[in-house]
Amino acid sequence: MTEMTYREALKAGLREEMQRDESVFLMGEDIGLNWGGAFKVTKGLAEEFGEERVRDTPISENTIAGAAVGAAITGMRPVAEIMFGDLITLAMDQVCNQAAKMRYMFGGQTSVPLVIRTVFGGGKNIASHHSQSLEAWFMHTPGLKVAVPAFASDVKGLIKTAIRDPDPVLFAEHKLVYDKKEEVPDEEYLIPFGEAKVRREGADVTVWGTFFMLHKALEVAEELAKEGISVEVIDPRTLVPLDKKTIIESVKKTGRLVLVTEETKTLATTAEVAAIVQEEAFDWLDAPIKRVNAPDTPVPFAPTLENFFIPDHKRIAQAIRDII
Amino acid sequence: MAVDKKKLIDLYTRTLKVRLFEEKVWELFGENIVPGTLHLYLGQEAVAAGVTAALKDSDWVQSTHRGHGHVIAKGADEKKALAELLGKATGSCKGKGGSMHITEFKKGVLGATGVVASGLPIAVGAALSCKMRGTKDVVACFFGDGASNNGTFGESLNMSAIWQLPVIWIVENNLYAMGTPIKLTCPSATIAERANGYCIPNTVVDGNNALEVYEATVEAVKRARQGGGPTLIECRTYRQRGHSRFDPAKYRPEDEAKEWLSENRDAVNVIRKIAIERSALTEKEADKIREKLQKQIDKAADFARNSEYPKPEDALEDVYAEAF
Repeated sequence: MTEMTYREALKAGLREEMQRDESVFLMGEDIGLNWGGAFKVTKGLAEEFGEERVRDTPISENTIAGAAVGAAITGMRPVAEIMFGDLITLAMDQVCNQAAKMRYMFGGQTSVPLVIRTVFGGGKNIASHHSQSLEAWFMHTPGLKVAVPAFASDVKGLIKTAIRDPDPVLFAEHKLVYDKKEEVPDEEYLIPFGEAKVRREGADVTVWGTFFMLHKALEVAEELAKEGISVEVIDPRTLVPLDKKTIIESVKKTGRLVLVTEETKTLATTAEVAAIVQEEAFDWLDAPIKRVNAPDTPVPFAPTLENFFIPDHKRIAQAIRDII
Repeated sequence: MAVDKKKLIDLYTRTLKVRLFEEKVWELFGENIVPGTLHLYLGQEAVAAGVTAALKDSDWVQSTHRGHGHVIAKGADEKKALAELLGKATGSCKGKGGSMHITEFKKGVLGATGVVASGLPIAVGAALSCKMRGTKDVVACFFGDGASNNGTFGESLNMSAIWQLPVIWIVENNLYAMGTPIKLTCPSATIAERANGYCIPNTVVDGNNALEVYEATVEAVKRARQGGGPTLIECRTYRQRGHSRFDPAKYRPEDEAKEWLSENRDAVNVIRKIAIERSALTEKEADKIREKLQKQIDKAADFARNSEYPKPEDALEDVYAEAF
């Protein structure tokens, strides 16, 4: 095991797949020689693999995504980067109408093995166009798989699985986890999609969440343990496929569920999980399911406003206390 | 350009086959067994015929919502194609796509798309893939005059030019985007000249003359295979009927329609006359080809009529490579 950041682990996964398979290539805005990606994930890869395989593109999101589709269906394994998740709005036709639907509407004739990497989340005071959490849109689009790695030890195994997957994968990252460190295995490993990870075992309440909220939830769980409240924390790792079994088994054990994400509340992924649990584990619930989300507003700029918008430790702890 | 007799017969046969196919579709529609809508290719046959006659089997075409002609001209099985239009399980897309997604991937059709202008980015990716894999194959991307007003037109032409991709942009300018005349939405006299802004060689041809289309495409294909990058060919043509199944196209001025739809401008008549004048065919041989093709299409229609509909629960298949 080697301690490394999420960014380093992700880059290592990309590098291994590019070494393993010549058809894997990266394309996106400013991912190459001059910049190495807005979040420096691809820094050094253009030097190592050349500008053909680490391809800087014009600012043309819809054609970046569409070109990834065209390359994927003809024998390549593209990993396209959309610099900020907010900008994927410019590529929605290619992601949701083309990549997601081709296998289906062509009756299984076509496979679309592409990965679209992008980054969600706030906390950097960069306002409404660079901070959103839009993962639910893609979870709501049949044909796409959606990975939501939150930890360094997961991101490497998940990017490798995503690249080898025969279906299109929306690979969502989070701005505030790139510098988070963890022990990452030295040997090659892949993490299967649809397998959640119980990040902390507990007996009194289950917390299910994504991205940076998991890091906060783990800190909250540590604090609450001092008060004798035992919190179980579950990271889904992928939203599509979604590991329902792990959530339901946990709820059967704890009888209580708090769902925490940074998304605006209405129709967030937390709404879907709450619906699943009441459909499939209603009899085991000892309290109402609590949802901790952002308010239904655009992401604001000023620190006082953004700090209010993004769920904090206090709100997560309060939601847990409310149902204990 | 010296075009041999064999190629002239090929051009006549392709043009006529598409015509007979579409007439059959219209007939089946009259029997009320074609679900949904139709965008018939009638009138524009020479474009698909001329372009595909210049391609190899391993080359690709990207189709549109008005795609029957592209697919048939590229060599798709007319039985599977007609069955698809009828929503049958034996259709090329197993009844999941229909008219707007009619595709036979193995014959080199990347796909037909229901979103105007969405095929251009996919063609960029397929051409990039051909280049990166070193196949020497080319991609011909069909789109209409209306699509040239979409953002993907600029994005995709630009990307094809900066990367010198082996793609041929085929504009089927039938003068109307649904009911909107191109002169209301395009400031220049031709669509072709828009390509100048991207340093892409371009030309305008009579899209009702399969030989003219073929000759322009041969030149473009040669350039593309030699690494000379993209070409744009504007084919001026005209729909025989309206935009979709119930559109009588009353918005087209009478004298314009009369001129375009006259006997001597008809795509089949034009190429038949050329082939006979150049002694590639006698009247009798030309008639014989028609009889043979008609039988083939009639047989395909019987196959389609007699095929089973998919089982309702088949709707759940082909979303992902493996269900989960």
